Amino acid sequence: MSSEYLLEVEHLKQYFPVQQGFKKIPLKAVDDISFAIKPGETLGLVGESGCGKTTVGRSLLRLYQPTAGKITFEGEVLFDSENKIDVDMLPYRKKMQMVFQDPYSSLNPRMTVEDIIGEPLDVHHLYSTKAERREKVLSLMETVGLNAEHAMRYAHEFSGGQRQRIGIARALAVNPKFIVCDEAVSALDVSIQAQVINMFEELQEKLGVAYLFIAHDLLVVHHISDRIAVMYLGHMMEIADADELNDNPLHPYTLSLLSAVPIPDPETARHSKRIILEGDVPSPMHMPSGCPFRTRCRYATEKCAAEMPELTDRGNGHLVACWNR
Amino acid sequence: MSDNEFLLEVENLHTSFFTDSGEVKAVNGISFKLEPGKTLGIVGESGSGKSVTAYSIMQILAETGRIVEGNVLYRGEDITQWSEKQMANFRGSKVSIIFQDPMTSLNPVFTVGYQLEEAVLLHTNKSKSEARERAIEMLTLVGVNEPASRMKQYPHELSGGMRQRVMIAMALCCEPDILIADEPTTALDVTIQAQILELMQELQKKMGMAIIMVTHDLGVIASMCDEILVMYGGRICERGTADAIFYNPAHEYTKGLLRSIPRKETMDKKLVPIGGTPINLLQMPKGCAFCPRCDAAMKICLEEIPPEYWVGDDHLASCWMNIKDLYDVKAQEEAKNE
Repeated sequence: MSSEYLLEVEHLKQYFPVQQGFKKIPLKAVDDISFAIKPGETLGLVGESGCGKTTVGRSLLRLYQPTAGKITFEGEVLFDSENKIDVDMLPYRKKMQMVFQDPYSSLNPRMTVEDIIGEPLDVHHLYSTKAERREKVLSLMETVGLNAEHAMRYAHEFSGGQRQRIGIARALAVNPKFIVCDEAVSALDVSIQAQVINMFEELQEKLGVAYLFIAHDLLVVHHISDRIAVMYLGHMMEIADADELNDNPLHPYTLSLLSAVPIPDPETARHSKRIILEGDVPSPMHMPSGCPFRTRCRYATEKCAAEMPELTDRGNGHLVACWNR
Repeated sequence: MSDNEFLLEVENLHTSFFTDSGEVKAVNGISFKLEPGKTLGIVGESGSGKSVTAYSIMQILAETGRIVEGNVLYRGEDITQWSEKQMANFRGSKVSIIFQDPMTSLNPVFTVGYQLEEAVLLHTNKSKSEARERAIEMLTLVGVNEPASRMKQYPHELSGGMRQRVMIAMALCCEPDILIADEPTTALDVTIQAQILELMQELQKKMGMAIIMVTHDLGVIASMCDEILVMYGGRICERGTADAIFYNPAHEYTKGLLRSIPRKETMDKKLVPIGGTPINLLQMPKGCAFCPRCDAAMKICLEEIPPEYWVGDDHLASCWMNIKDLYDVKAQEEAKNE
């Protein structure tokens, strides 16, 4: 199956068994979600903590073994629970990489920067001589704006923003086509955050990589993404073009999420009305029946309690899962 | 002393931490005043000294930290001279603080009710049953449903938003004049953040306390504060009303900060980041703390700390760019001397 998409995810499910008393019950971290990413595109993935956005990223790269679903990358099926396809991921890790949230714990403190960035090159045998490895590492450091003289330093000698650059250089080492950025800028200060966001954008223009950009800051996600997907309690609620989603959000959850974002502009902040959601996110151990958002939704009806709505197209690729909108 | 119009006056406060690698000057001479019932926002990046300022007021600094210089006046009285006993009485009853992470700031081995009652019993002459009543009343006020049964629960049984509500209830149960909120919503999701900010504003209307809001989030500060202090490297670089700071920034750092956040209007444009790396407090520059990262830095910025200067009504900035005239005069004088 050749298609325009780089990565296709169909009905992905990721359950974790949780011991409760004597029996094991599944915690449905990701429950039946489907989406696709085009080459060179950025898909933003937003949602509150515990909604399963990080799990999606990790399941895609098979850091977790998915419970069910189908993952296709460049037309090749990597995982299909129905046809029992489960390929060895090692060759594909050259094409799919990840940048983690915490630049402090995701770098080995005992390795020099050169070794951290060079490790993926070792794993995939991407050089023939030591000199070639060094050359590659130094050029990667240059690409992400690190001083090549610092190659022999250890991670703790760098600031948060610089460490995140090391993490990005490591992901870029194998020349991937797809990078999962899991809250890659969340731990950084605003001024440094802007530096790293700009770098992500420049790298995309230069190298044509596609990103799955997972974050909880909606303004940042809107800035960097071509399309945005909104998750709630393991379900996909809405996917649309970034501007379309912000100007014309259809799902009640997206609506309240957007209105809750504090706007850094006093005049707008004074006049904007916030839709304050009542209560908290329900526990994924005791998921409400039907639509998971219905307990906090002001449009909820009996139908919402009975059945989870399908993600349907409302024109121009604006997909929404809601009975009432 | 109640005729004093200011609730809290901080004068030339210097706080340092004495570490093995040397003196870390976290706060370098800041001054501000707080009027009753007003909201003051302190905004800055990590390491700017915003939290240390808050902790200095409460005198809850880590062991290595000390107020080196300056006064903190509460209703005209200098509380830096107070004994620990006086301070213990002062904390909670006159000034309360809530922290970023509501999980680590509540005691996990006591029930919510016990911790709330404890605060009331410590600061008032109320009996145990009266304290319990007050605790339930406070929980109702902060929007915790079924307060009576929540009293018996432990912190781990509550969600993040609920815990922060309990923290706020605890902070306000003795009706303090000032509530210091140190990044109160940073650990929370946006929807919960909106709830907590709304709650704080509502409670301020009801109880009339002043709030000092410490945060790195310019969005949070835009909608809440009467006055904003922008901090960098332990100094105040700009202060003014929200409108002045957001629409008329006068310090290069504030300008850079505002340019580097994504906004609706500029979504398709590139962000303009501030170059360089955050300040190292062990090696403070001689002049303006921001000058190593500043595009507009001049010679004088490297050598002399800029004074605070009026740039508008209720709007002060410490940046040589605004006082070019003054700078020119100085340069002339220097030329003469040479």
